Amino acid sequence: MSENITPEEIIKKGTLVFEKTKLMTDAHLSYCPGCGHGVAHRITMEVLEEMGVGDQAIGIAPVGCSVLAYDFMNIDMQQAAHGRAPAVATGIKRLYPEKYVFTYQGDGDLAAIGTNETIHACNRGENIVIIFVNNGIYGMTGGQMAPTTLEGMVSSTSPYGRDLGMTGHPIKITEMLAMLPGVCYATRHAVHKPGLVRKTKKAIKKAFENQRDKKGTSIIEIVSNCNSGWKMTPVKSNEWLEENMLPVFPLGDIKG
Amino acid sequence: MAKIKGAIVVDTERCKGCNLCVVACPTDVIALNKLVNGKGFNPAFPENHGACIACMSCSLVCPDMCITVYRYKPQKETV
Ligand SMILES: Cc1ncc(C[n+]2csc(CCOP(=O)(O)OP(=O)(O)O)c2C)c(N)n1
Ligand code: SF4
Ligand code: SF4
Ligand code: SF4
Repeated sequence: MSENITPEEIIKKGTLVFEKTKLMTDAHLSYCPGCGHGVAHRITMEVLEEMGVGDQAIGIAPVGCSVLAYDFMNIDMQQAAHGRAPAVATGIKRLYPEKYVFTYQGDGDLAAIGTNETIHACNRGENIVIIFVNNGIYGMTGGQMAPTTLEGMVSSTSPYGRDLGMTGHPIKITEMLAMLPGVCYATRHAVHKPGLVRKTKKAIKKAFENQRDKKGTSIIEIVSNCNSGWKMTPVKSNEWLEENMLPVFPLGDIKG
Repeated sequence: MAKIKGAIVVDTERCKGCNLCVVACPTDVIALNKLVNGKGFNPAFPENHGACIACMSCSLVCPDMCITVYRYKPQKETV
């Protein structure tokens, strides 16, 4: 009787509806348990696989926890010096205009040391995709304050909480970039809930389609967690993200 | 209408016991094992497997790509 079908029979007779994309290698990710980087990697690769362009894609890995993205993304990859990914992507895209070129960057990489490269690549309207994972902290180096760190948020370099008078405001760099005419698409998403993962994936797809159609720079910000840096469990960090990050970094399209 | 049934396979050695799939599952299928894997994490497993509806919520939020999902739609049975 079908009502009593066992899980083993479902696996044998049923349809496979989800498995790890082949565009992710079999390497175990170096990220902390529950870190959003893993989902951000996976859905980026799923989009390239679904578009059938994995063999035409070139990714630029940053400095930060995702420095090893080239070990995990099963496509052509180039690692860039800290913050320089948009400049490296510019060179690669101009040499290979038919390739799908994207950077993958953290907030320290994109909005601190790499501010210059980010702004000017966007201002030139380089025909690239920027995947920007904003976890409000420098994860890799042990949880220092980033330009995106929230007011009052404790980090190893703001042990009493970020003081806006001394260190300025959490920078909304995606909104700033959206003002540049070279940017065709700027949008902010998150990956801590199933529905949000689906939406983020759609946005990444749109970004690569923009590149195919030569529309200019697309930037996808993903508000993510850093449970190690924030010193919380993965589940707690996602709740904290929802309550504290999203009011400052609201989700949705900013341009395009 | 025959109900859609699902089943999952967890790659226990990839799993980091983060608990995100447990929280994401709408039908409380998944729990963490008390025993640890080779990395020292308590891996996820389908404790209440019969309740799975193949919604893929667990696999969508799993950062480590541990979960494979299968869907089965029973054929309409004639009396
Ligand atoms: C030129 C240079 N300056 C500083 C560092 C140290 N450093 C490594 S990663 C990092 C910050 C990374 O933070 P983020 O980009 O937010 O990525 P996350 O690790 O949080 O994913 C810094 C400052 C470096 N590697 N190179
Ligand atoms: S330190 Fe933070 S950003 Fe880095 S892998 Fe761990 S949770 Fe992720
Ligand atoms: S597929 Fe859906 S119902 Fe089945 S275990 Fe995963 S989250 Fe739960
Ligand atoms: S979400 Fe993935 S890594 Fe986390 S407990 Fe579930 S199966 Fe394991």
